[in-house]
Amino acid sequence: MRILKIFPVLIICLLAFNPDSNAQCKAFAKSKCLPELGEYTHDGNYHATVLLEGEEAELYKTFYSDMDYRMVVCNEETIGKVEFSVLDANRNLLYSNKDANNSQVWDFKLQSSQQLKIVLKVKSTGQQGMNPPSGCVAIMFGFKIKK
Amino acid sequence: MNRLLKISKYLVVLLVLFAFVMTGCRSGGGKVQKVADTTSVPQGNAAAYENLKQAEKIFYTLPSPLESAMLIKSAGAIFDSKLLNPVDNAKNYSTNRSMAVNLGIYTCDLSFASLYDQTQLIIDYMNAAKKMADGLGILDAIQKEDIDKLEENIHNTEAIMEIVSQTYLNSNSYLEDNGQQAIASIVLAGGWIEGLYISTQLVDMKKLGGNKLVGRIIDQKLSVDILLNLLENSKGNPAIDDLITQIKKIRTIFDKIPLETSPVRPEYDKENDITVLKSEVHADLKPEVFAELSSAVAEIRASFIK
Repeated sequence: MRILKIFPVLIICLLAFNPDSNAQCKAFAKSKCLPELGEYTHDGNYHATVLLEGEEAELYKTFYSDMDYRMVVCNEETIGKVEFSVLDANRNLLYSNKDANNSQVWDFKLQSSQQLKIVLKVKSTGQQGMNPPSGCVAIMFGFKIKK
Repeated sequence: MNRLLKISKYLVVLLVLFAFVMTGCRSGGGKVQKVADTTSVPQGNAAAYENLKQAEKIFYTLPSPLESAMLIKSAGAIFDSKLLNPVDNAKNYSTNRSMAVNLGIYTCDLSFASLYDQTQLIIDYMNAAKKMADGLGILDAIQKEDIDKLEENIHNTEAIMEIVSQTYLNSNSYLEDNGQQAIASIVLAGGWIEGLYISTQLVDMKKLGGNKLVGRIIDQKLSVDILLNLLENSKGNPAIDDLITQIKKIRTIFDKIPLETSPVRPEYDKENDITVLKSEVHADLKPEVFAELSSAVAEIRASFIK
């Protein structure tokens, strides 16, 4: 009979320990990040993941000439601000939001198409502990519609 | 006793399920790759990115079907409905691979029709994309309200593109969140090939030089390695392996197009509050290489829509 009592507990554990962090991340990206694109049309691609403080992520994308782009990087408040930098194929630094008051939005265009690399790094808040804080980080791209 | 044995069996099944769920939850979503699995970077730039600090997550991203359509439009191309995958074909797609690849294709066609104010086609192609998304089990990606909203805004290009963007985001985020990265990659590949197919078909072979659309096609050389890296993340899946073989054929042709770029110089345009990345690019595309590329893309696209 004891086993019958464990049964529902296990079901609850199954549900409770299934952290729907991905869905949470999606909801965060849609509600907090997407509006930052403003007049730019979101390209529809989804890039979001959960990062720990101090962790880095990279993104490779080709950007095209004569297009006006907006890039938005946003993160949940559970982690420190995200620093991002943009590098060309020769690892030259083209932009860093550190030089722009940690702005999470960057508007840019290109004279000729380029494959760029974007490096995201979650700054540490310096909190000590066994488990560093984690939170959702999303990066979104928008472009202007040309008629 | 029998009852206890039966319950024990259920418990074992539950524990296995529990372990499975917990393991599944730890895998990253999206076009994300743990560097521990591989250290590959887009091959064109592999040397350039050597010795970099290893990142925890890597995303490879292609132009979305919306961006592909926008690239064609901004190059001054004309609209030709005959180039789109007929919506009647939607009933032929029953496998996950065919529905995924055609979700990308129909979304690109839908974006293309939207940018050229093709009102009836917009509704038809949204319905075709919905059929693919529904077939893939993507819950609520495209709802009836989205189609109603499309009809209400049928003459407002920006509003239509917003709706297309939103529905596409719903689809690919659903796939990423549910561990279906392979399907998400196939959707992207379908949209990319469709954009390349429409572009190559719209080019007049007699006017290759100075043609802006040809420039857009050459630009895709920069994305082909990204696509291969993205697909490599799901290597071992038969549909993906097949796709890798097809895309490698395209890369072999792109390799025949020399592309030289000058160093990139960022300049801030204060008046418009925008950074301009300045650089010059030189490419040499021979007519026979273009014909080869056009034919290879058409062949792959035909295999996608049959």
